[in-house]
Parts: sequence; C-alpha cells; structure tokens
Amino acid sequence: MKYELVVGLETHVELATKTKIFCSCANDFGASPNTHCCPICIGHPGTLPKINREVVNLAIKAGLATNCTINFRSKMDRKNYVYPDLAKAYQISQYDLPICKNGYIELSSGKKIRINRIHMEEDAGKLAYKPSEIYIDYNRGGVPLIEIVTEPDISSSEEAKEYVEKLQNILRYAGVSDCKMQEGSMRCDVNISVKPFGSNSLGTRTEIKNMNSVTFMTKAIDYEYERQIDVLEDGGKVVQQTLRYNESKSSTESMREKEDAHDYRYFGDPDLVEIILSSEDVEKIKKSLPEMPESRFKRYTETLGISEADADLLTKYKNVADFFEAASKEIKSPKIVSNFIIGEIFRSIETESEKENFDISITPVQLEELVKLVELNKINMNLAKKTLAKMLKTGKGVGEFISESDMQGISKEEVERLCKDAVKNNESAVKDYVSGKEKALKAILGSVMRQTKGRGNAQEIEKKLVELIKNT
Amino acid sequence: MCSRSVIKKINKLLLSKELSCKELTENYLNQISSSSLNAYITVCKDKALKSAEKVDEKIRSGEKLELLEGIPMTLKDNISTKAIETTCGSRILKGYKPIYNATVWNTLKSKNSVLLGKTNMDEFAMGSSCETSFIGGAKNPHNLNYVSGGSSGGVASAVAGNIAAYGLGSDTGGSVRQPSSFCGLVGLKPTYGSVSRYGLVAYASSFDQIGPIAKTVEDAAIVFDEIAKYDPLDSTSNPKANSLKTYESLTKSVKGLKIGIPKEYYDGIDEEVRKSLEKALEHYKSLGCEIKEFSIPEVKAALPVYYILACAEASSNLSRFDGIRYGYKTSHYTDVNEMISKTRSEGFGAEVKRRILLGNYVLSSGYYDAYYKKAQNLRGLISRAFDKAFNTFDILLTPTSPVTAFPANKKYSSPDEAYLCDICTVPVNIAGLPGVSIPCGFDSNDLPIGMQLIGKKFSEAKILNAAHQFELVTNFNYIKTPSMGVKI
Repeated sequence: MKYELVVGLETHVELATKTKIFCSCANDFGASPNTHCCPICIGHPGTLPKINREVVNLAIKAGLATNCTINFRSKMDRKNYVYPDLAKAYQISQYDLPICKNGYIELSSGKKIRINRIHMEEDAGKLAYKPSEIYIDYNRGGVPLIEIVTEPDISSSEEAKEYVEKLQNILRYAGVSDCKMQEGSMRCDVNISVKPFGSNSLGTRTEIKNMNSVTFMTKAIDYEYERQIDVLEDGGKVVQQTLRYNESKSSTESMREKEDAHDYRYFGDPDLVEIILSSEDVEKIKKSLPEMPESRFKRYTETLGISEADADLLTKYKNVADFFEAASKEIKSPKIVSNFIIGEIFRSIETESEKENFDISITPVQLEELVKLVELNKINMNLAKKTLAKMLKTGKGVGEFISESDMQGISKEEVERLCKDAVKNNESAVKDYVSGKEKALKAILGSVMRQTKGRGNAQEIEKKLVELIKNT
Repeated sequence: MCSRSVIKKINKLLLSKELSCKELTENYLNQISSSSLNAYITVCKDKALKSAEKVDEKIRSGEKLELLEGIPMTLKDNISTKAIETTCGSRILKGYKPIYNATVWNTLKSKNSVLLGKTNMDEFAMGSSCETSFIGGAKNPHNLNYVSGGSSGGVASAVAGNIAAYGLGSDTGGSVRQPSSFCGLVGLKPTYGSVSRYGLVAYASSFDQIGPIAKTVEDAAIVFDEIAKYDPLDSTSNPKANSLKTYESLTKSVKGLKIGIPKEYYDGIDEEVRKSLEKALEHYKSLGCEIKEFSIPEVKAALPVYYILACAEASSNLSRFDGIRYGYKTSHYTDVNEMISKTRSEGFGAEVKRRILLGNYVLSSGYYDAYYKKAQNLRGLISRAFDKAFNTFDILLTPTSPVTAFPANKKYSSPDEAYLCDICTVPVNIAGLPGVSIPCGFDSNDLPIGMQLIGKKFSEAKILNAAHQFELVTNFNYIKTPSMGVKI
C-alpha cells in the first residue's frame, strides 16, 4: 500500500524584545546563570505579572506577516504543570483566545500551509545536569515566545523545510525574532502521521519535540514516516506518544505515551486583564511592517530584471535586501548592484550567519558610487570589481582607489593607436589568429587592456583588433 | 464630640510630646510579649524601635507629622515585607523572608509607620477561625475561649486586644470583615482593584483584596485613603483608586440614603444577630434613611461559586511552593519529584490540601465545564444582580456573619458546614464590591455582633459615611472593649 505523510508544525519563536514578557529583566541570550532574574520572573510569592506591550506588538506583526486575522480581544491563560524550571508551576500562555488566527504561508509550489493560530507565552528556565546534582538557570524564564501552529497541511519533509525557512525569513523581516535555531530562539515540534494514499481520515499521530535544526527536522520526519509505515505494514498500530529525535542514532525514541499526557488545567490568568485592541492599533502596526520577502522577490524579478535565482539570494536575508535597495536607489540597472552583491561581496563572506547579519565594511552609498562609474562608462567592469575588492578590505570609498585620470575614460584615437601597435608587435599571435586559433586574439586583447590601465572597454577593443587584422 | 479614632489620639499624644514614639512602641512591644492572644507570628522589635526613633527625631525637629506617622500597626502575615519573615500561617513558608516589599507596605513605610510585627492567620487565608494556622489560632480578646475569626484573625485579635493600633488584613471571601465582626471592629473590604495586590501572597487572585481592620470607621478611612492607589505593578489595579477620598465625606448627613435589605442574607441567621440588625435599622431610620427589603435570589449560588473558583485559583497559585527556591524543604528525598511531593505533603495543612485538591478537580478536563465554567457564568449573573440592586439602592445592609464568634477548637461534621460561615461575606468578593463590617451589638455571651454595609464599586466613601454616622449614634465599638494591651 502507498502511504501519505501528514505533518503539522508547532514552532516556538523567542521574540526580539529588550525585556522579558512580564517583568523588566533583560531578554538576553548567554548571560551567566540566574543573573537576569527578579522576584517576578522567578515567581516569588505575591509578585504579579505585567504584560510587556512590545510582546503584543511583535505577536501582531508575526500575525500580519503570515496573513493571520488579529483577535481584537484576547486573554492570557495559565497552563499548569509542575517542573523545576517552571518557577510558578504554571506557564502563562494563551488557550482559547489567542492573539492571531487563520493565517497561511505560501510555498514556492503555490501550496498554502494554513496557520491555525499564533499565541503568546513565556519561556521556562533551563536545567543543567551535573553528576548527582541538578542546577536551575532561570534566565530564560519569562522570555517572550510566540507559538505558531499550522494545520496538518504539510505532506513531505521538503515542504516542512521550506515552510520553516520561509517562516524564519518572514519573522526576521518583520523584526519579530532572529529565529536562530542553533541558539534555541526558534524550535519546532513536529506532529506526524501517515494514512493510506487518498484516504480522508487521519492516522494516529506522534509528536517529535524540540527540533533545533532544519536538517535534523527533515531527517526526523523521514525516519518517523518510514517507522510508522513499517508498524502498519507489520499489522501493528501507531501508538500516540511524544518522541524525541536522537541525533547520534538518527532515530526517534519515546519520551512519554498518551496515558502520561498532562492535563494542563488551563484557566484564564486572574492576574492579567484581557488584551483589547482597536483597529487603529493593528493598522499602526501594519504600517510599521517592512515589505515582506515574497513581495520583494516579485518586484525584483518582474520589474528590476533580476533572475529568480539571484532574487532568491537577495531576499533570503532582510539585511541583504535592504542593502541592495539602498545601493540601487539611483541606479538605472540594479542588476549590476545585484551582481556585485551576489558575486564580489558574498565571496568575501564565509558563513550563512555572517550573510544574515551582512555587517560588511562598506556602505550602500559607497557601492552606489562605484556602480554609477560603471554605468557612465567611466570605468570598466574589471576595474570596478578589483576596486570593490579593495573597498571591502579597507572600508574606503571609490575615490581612494581610482584617480580622476582613471575616470576620464580613453579616447577613440588612443584605442586605435594602442591596437595598431599591438597588431604590429604581436605578429606571431596575429598569424595564429588568422590561421584559426581564436584564443590568440585574447592574448593581444590582454596586452592592450593592460596598457589602458583598465579604462578601455574590452568589447570595443576586441572589435577594433578584429577589424585591424582583417584589413591587413 | 471628641473623636474616638485611635490614630488621631496617638497622633495628638505624639505631638504633645507627653510620650515619645519610642516609648509608645516599647509599650506595645511589652504588651505583645506578655500577651496570650497568639496574635503575632513574628514580632519586629528592632525594626519597630528604629522606625519609632526616626519619628521622634522628626517630632523633635518640629516637622509636621502626618496622621499615620509613628502609629504602631501590624500586617497580616501574607503581605510581603522585605527581610521580615512572611509565612502565610504555613509551615511551608517557615523561614521565608521576601526580597521585596508589597506595594501597601512600601506606601505605609514611606509614611513612617511603625510595624510591630506580622499577625497570625488561617493557613494561606483558608479558614474562618484562624485555627488552620501552623501556630494555632489567635484568640478573641472578648473571650479567650472563643476564636478571633478568620482568616485575618491575628490582625483582629491584635487590634481588639490593643496590641496594634490598626492592621491590614486581606479579604478573599470575608477574611477582613468576619474577624472584625467577631472582635467588635471595623473591617473594610475595598472594591477589587482599589488597593494593590502586589506583594499579597495570592490565595484566589480574582477575589483577594487588602483592607484595613481598625477600632473606628475614622481609622479605617484614614488608612484606606492612604493605601487606595493605582499601582502599575498590578494589572488588575484601577486608576479610579486614586480619586477615592473617604475620610472627608464621613461627616456628611445620610438623610435620604436608600438602604436595601436583601432578604436572602437573613435566612437562617442567629436570632440574636437578627435582633441587633433590626435595631440598627431603627437607628438608620431615625437618621432619615429610606429602608426597603428586596430579593436577590442569585446570592444563593454564591457559596458554591466562591468555593469552586477560589479553590481553582488557589490550586494554581499554591503550586509554586515546591521547596526549591524558598521556604520549607523536606529533609529526605531521592529525586526531585519526591522532594516536591514530600515538601508539599509535610508543608501544607489539611484545609489547604483539601482546597488544592478541590481546585485541581474542578479544572480537570472533563469537569471544567460542569464546575469551573458554570461557576464563572454564575459569577457574572451574581455581579449583574448587584448592579441591578444598586439602580434602586445606595447601599445594602446585611449581617457580616450568620453567627457570632464560636468556641475555639469547634468540630464540624463536614468541611462545608464550616464553609457556611462565609455565606454573608462571599457575594461581595464574587462581585468585586466594597463591603465594610461594623459593630452593631453584643450577644448574650457579650460577644460582638457585626453588620455589613455593601456599596457599588468604588463607593467606599458612601459606605464608610453611613458606617461612621451609625457609629456616632451608637457606642458598640467602645463599650465592653477588652481591658488588655496598651491604653491610649
């Protein structure tokens, strides 16, 4: 029998706020243990939470960026469970009135992955295990999170990957989160089941908790898909359970079965009042959202004449796209800017995270100045690229590397003179070319180019040389 | 007529320099140490004397003294006080010293209040006798064989026994009003949102409210005006709190005041209580008030609604006491789960465990709709019934408790028999209304009887005005006053 894969994702994202969700402690990653704590976030008796308005704003941004409806009335609930890293023994979250609902993310195939809801909640602390001892670090307790829950619309690990990467990109664009899976600021729970091909009813699902890399997530989905099919083919039943992915064994293993499932005893948190929004509030946030990657991609390919592959690279990180746009404000052919970024500049960057930060030594204006010289035919592409490399190394502008005389260009007469001299001085190469060795012409062209000090236009010179050789 | 306000008397005394604040405080501390009321859990001797010296310095330098400055007072032991043990009457918080101050204490501290100590209470404010406290109940100064009431029994016992000039209690289902009634005092449960809950160790967050317990309405009004304040640290705090000024309207005439008598409150109450309330009505009539009986059948649901919702919130609020970060921790365990479960088993008393279990039950999947959700709906219904009543009446007059103080160590046939004590007080908490209990007589055992005045939200000025006018024409709060403690 053939089986279809059915996947739904729950993605937790840490919000990029300065302070925690219910107190004024810093929302920072990597500080020494228990240094970003106060009576509120460690749940001391009598303390009360106070919602950070910026958390609400970022959650709304996430919702708007993923085509959600914003609930004008939402509330915070308590999710009760006992665990040492959860100081109050309940997590303040949202249960029946989440801040956003009914959105979607469109994949490149045109398929829409529906988003059921986005809700706000606080993160818990962290446990550190030492031999025979457990330590608790409450720094992460009270860090603001949103959870983005999809419908079970994903039907392959590739789709899951694309969804997560798109979501990552959108949330980075919207300034909601840095979405760094390796630092835990984005993590996914995967709900997964299989069903006979074409069947309408869903199979029993398992949940793989806390995936912290896209690569492992796809591996885990593929593994679990095969495992569930094997169980069914052997005449067994899939057991509803919570799993974790063992990276070293490349397999999933059980954390707990349904019988051990928590009853969270949700109820409205009486310490917090309902969050009431007006359409003006939402409109204001909408206006503050930058153009999303999807729309930029469309604009780059349709009106700027940039290839889809290049537009993809430009829009992958917001900082890159912003740089591109800032550098091509007054440029007639933004394609040159795009080529410089994807070529010269990307070549100088080693890692993806550096690309994401795009903290390069030159400013968009400096790049724009350089491209303008090319557009005005004042320097050729070759010189421009060499100059760009020097600019990137030093952080200095065009003026530092190209003199006024370099930018004068070169007269037709001088080109003609240099070409004539070259034909005269390279008799054997001319002979070779005439006898059919196309390459020989490149050697002559090279010598002329060297003499123009990069000011000459290679195409024009080549044309001139061919003309001179034919006429001799 | 000379004011009976204890606060004003002490203020005059201090300004006259007949007695220094330090001497006064020493008097109180001496009386506390020789007291058999069991009213205090913690006495803050050194800190109290230091605060008193500061006030004396101020008096010496001729600076103006505000009314609350230098007044020796007490806080119920569930109000967080930095570096001063705050036990909530529970073994599980024995030794716990908060690292911050409750907003109310910050306010009173900034007024140079002299905190004598932290007073006894039912464990986590769960009880109506003060006897669920881990140190046993505080005694009733009117008769030491009787309970002080609860849960703020320690405050009431201390104030009635003259070992504190006034105190702050907390009222979740009657815990300020009922012990005030049992001890012949004035106890105000303010409108929900008018006094900050920040630093009050939560029992049931949507019901809890801090309020003053004092000898006279004037004292309660002076204290309330100081602590009623919008607090940005408490999301349920209401900006309207800033405009509540009750003291200045105490002297207004109550002529024409429309008083409603909700008859459901009078079902099954003690005969002596009924008679003294009837007499109280006569007083109001002679003051020119219009009195009319009416029916508010919705309050019949109040007791189950209260116990379902309050226990649900409590089950969640009390889950944080796990022995990890503060308070009591069991000494023998093999893993973290055993540590938490043994700590809680050993740290909590029977009544707290009962309410945690009940709360968990009503929130469990499968029971949520039948209990919690239904109770929430009824809560709305009860609130709206009160709203409607206040379209007709200015205030409502009811008993505070169906009975007067009962003997210590009374055995109940079932927990819900004990819960019946709260029948007259819980509706106010359900609807978030202000209610004040004032003395209105004595029973044949010479035990005080209290009556309750209920107003609409943020009408503290109105109910305290009516209370004060009653106090002026009666003498229940100073005849038969227990002859113990500090004489002012």
